Amino acid sequence: MNDFVSGFWPIWISTITLGGIAFCVGLLIFASRVKVTLDSDNTNGHEWDGIKEMNNPLPMWWVGLFIITVIFGLAYLYLFPGLGTYDGKFGWSGVKQYEAEVAKNNEKIAPLYAKYAALSVEEVAKIPEARDIGKRIFLNNCAACHGSDAKGSRGFPNLTDSDWLYGGAPDTIKVTINNGRNGIMPPMAAAIGSEEDVKNVANYVLSLSGSIHDSGRANAGKEKFAVCAACHGAEGKGNQLIGAPNLSDNIWLHGQGEAAIIKRVHEGKNNVMPAWKEKFSQEQIHLLTAYVWGLSNK
Amino acid sequence: MSDIKVNAVNKTTIPEQEVVLSLYKSADKIYARSVSGVFDRWRWVMVWATQLFFYGVPWLEWGGRQAMLFDLEAKRFYIFGLVFHPQDLIYLSFLLIVSALSLFLFTAVAGRLWCGFTCPQTVYTEIFMWIENKIEGDRIARMRLDDSKWNLNKVTRKSLKQVAWITFGLWTGVTFVGYFTPIRELVPSIIEWQLGGWETFWICFYGFATYGNAGYMREQVCKYMCPYARFQSAMFDDDTMIVTYDEARGEPRGARSKKVAENANGLGSCIDCSICVQVCPTGIDIRNGLQYECIGCGACIDACDDVMDKMGYAKGLIKYSTQNGMTNRWSRQQMLRRLMRPRVLIYTAILVILTVGMVVSLYFKPDFRLDVLRDRGVLARFTDEGNIENVYTLKLENDTETIRDFDLKVSGLPELVMHLADGNAQDFKSLQPFEKRNVVLELQLADGAVRTGSHKILFEMTDLQSKETVKEKSVFIVPSN
Repeated sequence: MNDFVSGFWPIWISTITLGGIAFCVGLLIFASRVKVTLDSDNTNGHEWDGIKEMNNPLPMWWVGLFIITVIFGLAYLYLFPGLGTYDGKFGWSGVKQYEAEVAKNNEKIAPLYAKYAALSVEEVAKIPEARDIGKRIFLNNCAACHGSDAKGSRGFPNLTDSDWLYGGAPDTIKVTINNGRNGIMPPMAAAIGSEEDVKNVANYVLSLSGSIHDSGRANAGKEKFAVCAACHGAEGKGNQLIGAPNLSDNIWLHGQGEAAIIKRVHEGKNNVMPAWKEKFSQEQIHLLTAYVWGLSNK
Repeated sequence: MSDIKVNAVNKTTIPEQEVVLSLYKSADKIYARSVSGVFDRWRWVMVWATQLFFYGVPWLEWGGRQAMLFDLEAKRFYIFGLVFHPQDLIYLSFLLIVSALSLFLFTAVAGRLWCGFTCPQTVYTEIFMWIENKIEGDRIARMRLDDSKWNLNKVTRKSLKQVAWITFGLWTGVTFVGYFTPIRELVPSIIEWQLGGWETFWICFYGFATYGNAGYMREQVCKYMCPYARFQSAMFDDDTMIVTYDEARGEPRGARSKKVAENANGLGSCIDCSICVQVCPTGIDIRNGLQYECIGCGACIDACDDVMDKMGYAKGLIKYSTQNGMTNRWSRQQMLRRLMRPRVLIYTAILVILTVGMVVSLYFKPDFRLDVLRDRGVLARFTDEGNIENVYTLKLENDTETIRDFDLKVSGLPELVMHLADGNAQDFKSLQPFEKRNVVLELQLADGAVRTGSHKILFEMTDLQSKETVKEKSVFIVPSN
């Protein structure tokens, strides 16, 4: 309850709350002895459209309930936060309750995960129940980018094939999920040379995978590709240590064809996968790893 | 309505005076005298009908489970052959609207029928008063017992009554909880003393509420707590059947010998025996006209008819009648003819339409649920084969208690190829009872087959057993290159 921006509001709230209770008690006491005008037929002289108001006293048990409510209200305000910045005797807060419930739930599901934590990723991937848990985590968290079928789309890698930017070994996948990845390709056009040179290199890149290309330009670009080879390797096979994609296969993360490649050379690319170790426990990441690994290792 | 009251009051008005008083008052205990007659018999018929239902239904079985069970934890309500899920909440709204409209209709036709004959407050009070009557005796005996000093007789009778009341209350609590926890497991767990915390709480809570409301609060609930009691008068009109005292015939009231003729000495038919007041469960005098406390139970009618019989007078000094009927001295037929008034007809029409609508919609309610979620992260993509692919997640829920197989059809675009992501053709087959399944589905279309943009498509899931089909709309997106 410390979200107040000014010291006035806690006092204002406390005054209204306690003042309201005091007013109710005052009214209760006042009404226990009042002077009224009463006819002998038990009406009090008030009349609206021929309907007369009778003196119908409130039953005592109702007054009792009233008093209980007041006592309950005061006890509540003492025990729980309600009066401005006062935290209450129990020190209860919504955040604390949430954290306690999360901890309780984690404790409850711990044995479920513990069963799989002892097994290797390869073994876990063979257990249908474990895959189902992994699938649910995937659908709720990973599918937004990688797609519900994990096949990705432009800019988001397909996880079901055997082409891996950083490697598809279970431990590598686990590192990727835990820490995330940040794949950086700098703009290379200036290093390559003229616009013609860039076009030639692009045709050379296309030739690596046997895609449609201009072989004259490809030959001309071969020499300039040395600039790219620092990351992508002399044969364009890529480098999983730094996440440099393999250019010799037919998988194009950021688009296929000459134009797409030229664009990438000009603009570079900074492609980010977020880290998940804060959100999930290691046991959950273990199951998720098994699910992802299992997608390409049936 | 208030005319009767005001007239009765005006007669005795005496100049007003100022007094000092408390606006609170302990309610006087009402010792209702037991009564027998037509309306009392009807009330007992309703007591038996409602209580046989309430205490009996949880024990019925239906296909290996409790016939009526509200399983809050699993979020499933079983009502005989039907199973309701949270998404069927609309039927609860329907039921509540139909109940409310029935109340309006009954009230417009014959006043507080619900209050006097079927309301749990009335029914349990009736039962608790019957127990009290059996143990402590009738009105006079009970008053004497309360006034007497504590002696063996009083202690015995009072504790016997408490034991009977508490037992009955607790059994009511057990039955109530038995609608939410299988009663055939609940009762043995009580005997074995292994009751769960919440079950114990609710049995005691509901038991205490029954005991307190039917044993002690009684008419106080109707007079001060029940909102329905207060707004009902808004549904009355001059042709509503209500409990009325025939003032023209009864007044001036006066005690007399049985030998005197009915209207001798200038007296009316009311012999002022005050039995109508003694039998009243809310402690009012119906001769003062219609009052908000009157729950329309008809006890005073039964009592008065009995007295009139003994006196050799015609019955009906207090009777069910309408305001118009009283004023115009209408016969029963004339009053019944007024049933065909717009208020009653409109209530009836709405009630019939809603009830028929609810039954028809229940009959056609599919036994499964399909939701189609289009992947938003991946709007569309090109496959290695050069096709355009869209991805969908199908959420399929089997709402029945049997294993079901389903078949999917997608229409809207020609040559649409369906491909299950996990490559498993059994994905829509053998769904276990109440199973929820997420199936990822890829739809493919040859590039250039249709124009760029969004195309409407339709998913049709068919239950192979019941042949029911659920349709869900979605779109297929063809991107520009």
